[in-house]
Amino acid sequence: MAFTLYTLIQTAILCTNAVAVLHEERFLSKIGWGVEQGVGGFGDDPGVKAQILNLIRSVRTVMRVKVNSQVRMIVTFLLQGVFTGWHIF
Amino acid sequence: MDYTASQSGFRQRKLQPSTRLRNSSADVSDGSQLFEDMSGSGPGAYSRNQPAGPQAAWYAGQSFLSDPMSSLAMTYGSSLASQGKDMVDKNLDRFIPISKLKYYFAVDTVYVGKKLGLLVFPYMHKNWEVSYQQDTPVAPRFDVNAPDLYIPAMGFITYVLVAGLALGTQNRFSPELLGVQASSALVWLIMEVLLVLLSLYLITVNTDLTTIDLLAFSGYKYVGMIVGVVAGLLFGRLAYFLSLLWCCAAIFVFMIRTLRLKLLSEAAAEGKLVRGARNQLRMYLTMSIAAAQPVFMYWLTYHLIR
Repeated sequence: MAFTLYTLIQTAILCTNAVAVLHEERFLSKIGWGVEQGVGGFGDDPGVKAQILNLIRSVRTVMRVKVNSQVRMIVTFLLQGVFTGWHIF
Repeated sequence: MDYTASQSGFRQRKLQPSTRLRNSSADVSDGSQLFEDMSGSGPGAYSRNQPAGPQAAWYAGQSFLSDPMSSLAMTYGSSLASQGKDMVDKNLDRFIPISKLKYYFAVDTVYVGKKLGLLVFPYMHKNWEVSYQQDTPVAPRFDVNAPDLYIPAMGFITYVLVAGLALGTQNRFSPELLGVQASSALVWLIMEVLLVLLSLYLITVNTDLTTIDLLAFSGYKYVGMIVGVVAGLLFGRLAYFLSLLWCCAAIFVFMIRTLRLKLLSEAAAEGKLVRGARNQLRMYLTMSIAAAQPVFMYWLTYHLIR
């Protein structure tokens, strides 16, 4: 498979975007991954599930600081051909 | 006129002005001299106010450089450049720790030889612990168990070259393919290191493995890949499969024995069976990291041997 560095950056942007768009009320609470359920275990063994929830929450918090960051990411990805004349599709 | 007198008086100890003129005309034909030896070409050109012939354009260019204002501009520009260089060095050190990198390249020939032997035949080695010296790990020069970045870096470059060679023997070579191979292998390496980092974070294992250590460990598989591809080039597909199998097993054992000491707790590392979910998870993690190496080795080389 011919991967390039650009596909790696592309994958990273799309994955970050996916984590940023997860809606907590509608989706995460339904499958038991909500915010209020993740903070329970303070000990020296948080467990894998708590770590994943922490990770998702921290990524979302960082992304929330930038206004409409997901719109920007998608726009950047889709419009990369317009400005530079170099396209992926 | 005063200007030329003062300039030539200044340079009197070097050469006569007439020979200076000949030197400057010789310097004109050599482009590099135009910038390096300004003292030589300066007054010689300036003294000639009306140069004749096809060298008028050259002398016009020289008079621009011999102007004292432009020499001032040159020194100012070079000081700006050195300031910029200092700033780049300082900021680069924040992102890529250069001083830490130097530790990983402190190798010598004996270490490289022993480590390569260890990567291909790790079964006889008894003591896998990294020795420390007052809380800092000893440089790779003194300890064969310490990770280094020299072998992975050289292995990566050699892998790209050997891949080009293999493709060339099948008439599938073009210069862009070298870049494609290099970037593809680099991307797989980066993804592997990121995945290992992610899984280390998720399992909350307290270890002193740094990112660069993981990069070094992931780069050791290039040695096995090169051995496999070269054997396949020399002796055919059967030799490729056999040597790749041998190197996969060797890398598997090497990674398990190295990572066991770093990831698992003390008791489990010594071979006793320690119960508990955490240790089990850590054991699974070690196994999966070690098992991913042969998969990558096969994945990155099978298309080179047809």
